[in-house]
Amino acid sequence: MTLKRAVRLLSIPVLAIFLALVVGAVLMILSSPLINGLDPGLPLSAYAALVSGAFGSPDALVQTVVSATPLILAGLAVGIGFKAGLFNIGGQGQFLVGAVAAAAVGAAVSTAGGVVAIPLALLAGVVAGAAYGFIPGFLKAYTGAHEVVTTIMLNYVAIQMVGYLITGPLRAQGATFARSPSVGNAALPVLFGSNGHLGVLFAVIAVPIAWWLLFRTTIGFEVRTVGASPDAARYAGMRPRLVMMLTLAVGGLLAGLAGAGEILGISGYMPAGYSTNVGFDGITVALLGRANPIGILLSGLLLGAMRAGSNLMQIQAGVPVQVIDVLQGVILFFLAAELLVRRIFRIRAARVQVDELQTVTRSYSSQTPK
Amino acid sequence: MEPPDPPTITPASTPALEMRGITKRYPGVLANDAIDLEVRPGEIHALLGENGAGKSTLMNILYGLAVPDDGQILLDGTPVEMRSPAEAIAYGISMVHQHFMLVPVLSVADNILLGDEPVAGLFFLDRRRAHARLRELAGGFGWDLDLDAPVGSLSVGWQQRVEILKALYRNASILVLDEPTAVLTPQETQEIFAVLRRLTGEGYSVIFISHKLYEVLEIADRITVIRRGRVVGQRVPAETDEDDLAELMVGREVQLTVDRGESHPGAPALVVESLRAADDRGHEVVHEVSFEVRAGEIFGIAGVAGNGQDELVEALAGLRAPTAGRVRLEGRDVTGHSARDLHQRNVAYVPADRHRFGLVLSYPLTDNLVLTDYYHAPFARGIVRDDGAITRHAATAIERFDVRTPSTTAIAATLSGGNQQKVVVARELDRELRLLILDQPTRGLDVGSIEFIHRQAIAKRDAGTAILLVSAELDEILELSDRIGVMYRGRLVAIVDGPSASREEIGLLMATGGREVTPTGSASPVA
Repeated sequence: MTLKRAVRLLSIPVLAIFLALVVGAVLMILSSPLINGLDPGLPLSAYAALVSGAFGSPDALVQTVVSATPLILAGLAVGIGFKAGLFNIGGQGQFLVGAVAAAAVGAAVSTAGGVVAIPLALLAGVVAGAAYGFIPGFLKAYTGAHEVVTTIMLNYVAIQMVGYLITGPLRAQGATFARSPSVGNAALPVLFGSNGHLGVLFAVIAVPIAWWLLFRTTIGFEVRTVGASPDAARYAGMRPRLVMMLTLAVGGLLAGLAGAGEILGISGYMPAGYSTNVGFDGITVALLGRANPIGILLSGLLLGAMRAGSNLMQIQAGVPVQVIDVLQGVILFFLAAELLVRRIFRIRAARVQVDELQTVTRSYSSQTPK
Repeated sequence: MEPPDPPTITPASTPALEMRGITKRYPGVLANDAIDLEVRPGEIHALLGENGAGKSTLMNILYGLAVPDDGQILLDGTPVEMRSPAEAIAYGISMVHQHFMLVPVLSVADNILLGDEPVAGLFFLDRRRAHARLRELAGGFGWDLDLDAPVGSLSVGWQQRVEILKALYRNASILVLDEPTAVLTPQETQEIFAVLRRLTGEGYSVIFISHKLYEVLEIADRITVIRRGRVVGQRVPAETDEDDLAELMVGREVQLTVDRGESHPGAPALVVESLRAADDRGHEVVHEVSFEVRAGEIFGIAGVAGNGQDELVEALAGLRAPTAGRVRLEGRDVTGHSARDLHQRNVAYVPADRHRFGLVLSYPLTDNLVLTDYYHAPFARGIVRDDGAITRHAATAIERFDVRTPSTTAIAATLSGGNQQKVVVARELDRELRLLILDQPTRGLDVGSIEFIHRQAIAKRDAGTAILLVSAELDEILELSDRIGVMYRGRLVAIVDGPSASREEIGLLMATGGREVTPTGSASPVA
């Protein structure tokens, strides 16, 4: 990749982050009277605490990487969808289904040896996620149902299903609150720091594999061609329907892996009302990373660092952790409103642009693939 | 009856329109370089030039869509500034685009009134007054036009007349027609020429943009030729010919009709028997089509666009399942076989829409040149792509097919139409073929690229490939085909000998399906 191209690719995400930090700073100053008097220096001390909380110590670094892991996997789940011209908003549901499957199977094999229990529980999460991702792919391929609609609806199905399972059949006996039984020996071993679990490696490995598949294999070529032009793909003898189904299933697989990793690597069980936004955050990660696996790795690490550092920011500067949600929201806003960013910084658009944003904004009236 | 409000005829010495020293720079391109254009009252002035020569830029400036960096526009000798199409219309300039700007579901009258609605009272449409005026205008041409018919139900030729009516209704005195005959049959072309002559006879001025040389020679009073943003010459038809104009246009000597030589047809390579196919909505649009293409011959299918050719070609190329009938390739039944399978059986297909089917515009040339062959050796081993082989292939293909590109990794969308089509042709023709399907292979291309692609087709024919050529461009069909089939409303209504076919004969078949000749309207296709 030439330097020029790298600068062009990175300019919008970097500027979006910068603008979000500016907006965040303004918000902090405006709300500082509520904490302890107007303090124009608050953003500086808050961001300093954020950075030190994310990178300031070996423990902080581990926390950053652990927080980034599910974000990277969920980001890949959305990102490879973008490459095939699909907007997978179902990462959240696929994540939950993968998590609950891993929790259920993990609990069932919790007394077996780790060598058996861990792969089985992981496999359950991955298969469940993939199957859940396959559903919208199948519906799109054979009925033309738009994946944006079906994946959003399937998210609600997943939430209700998990709630039912954890408060019903999967509920642990004797627990003080509704949760699944402990996964016992299926828990992922901690490799470094206090909670640097094995799952971190999944993300580290998934990124190069996804990149290699997308850009160095005929499979990735088919995925990208279907995304860039389904008609040309058909002309070229590819099977867009199959490619779309597989891409969404693989996306579900990755999101399911993220869910399984969180259960088996961190909590050890699945609580009812397991609250997380990782599946949705994956959309921000994928857009910020321009749907490129390496970009997704970087943006996942950035958002993970923000999550990891936010506690110290709250303790030291008194700025609530929710500010991170605001920052993330503003980043997404500026990414979606790319034109606005270009206006502000007077950047001309590249002549040819077929990218993930077009997928997001693509018309809903598009025809059923053949 | 006279059309009302003919423009006042100014003395012949004052041009109706004068564009002086028009210069327009776009980043990296000098689109118009001090262009002078003078259009007299009552004149048909042809603007001739290849794609990208600067015709569109010049007309956009005239129509207020672009602001020139330098230069002046004078109407009847008075300098004016065109800041928007609304101003251009107010000055009496009207544009009839190649792709009509009509709303198919609205009626003829509503389409004409759209954007300039006659208002009675505060905001009520005064349809009655407008309709009366439209009837008067149409009557002036002797047109029996149903003002309440939806535009979508009219033929292309009549839609064009609606566009002209729209211009007249808005009191245009200068009409710009952008490639007006591109979508017409020869008969319709003659009819529209008659309309234009009548208009100029009444003092209107017409700017006629075209790349069909014989048409320009037939209809124009004067011809201005533009090349690379500059005026390279001005001619009157009496003192020039097609070769002269082509050379001016391209900047070198061009062979307008390729020397097709003798064809030596062999055994039938493609045999189509009673093929039926439906469109995307499930309506059958190809009815019982039967024909054969022999090895080493070019079989042309002529027809006005939209008579089932698209579906027929897609059915033969494996992109659409036929509903009935049989397709045999060198004796083997390949009915309903996939595009991939046909490709592997040495069938190549150059699709009509290179932007939608033939290329992935966002891909570099390297990927586009292996779009149909990406999955096998030497471009892939197993699932792993061999970028080295792909790049080497691109370099060779670009060289062999003379694709003008800055590099092998240039993005396809940045190339000119001619070079884009050369990429498709390079990919599809650069191997041994049994059957080559060419669907509108030169649509929208410049003379130089057309010449190149026609040569390639002839070369393939001489190498023994069976070629099916589908084109709405009758000249192309007549120039290349050994035999010609005519499609009309989904049927192959006639098959005639190519070299002896006349433009009029084929044109009549295209327009009417030959009902005058065979009353049943379904002449039995020759085997």
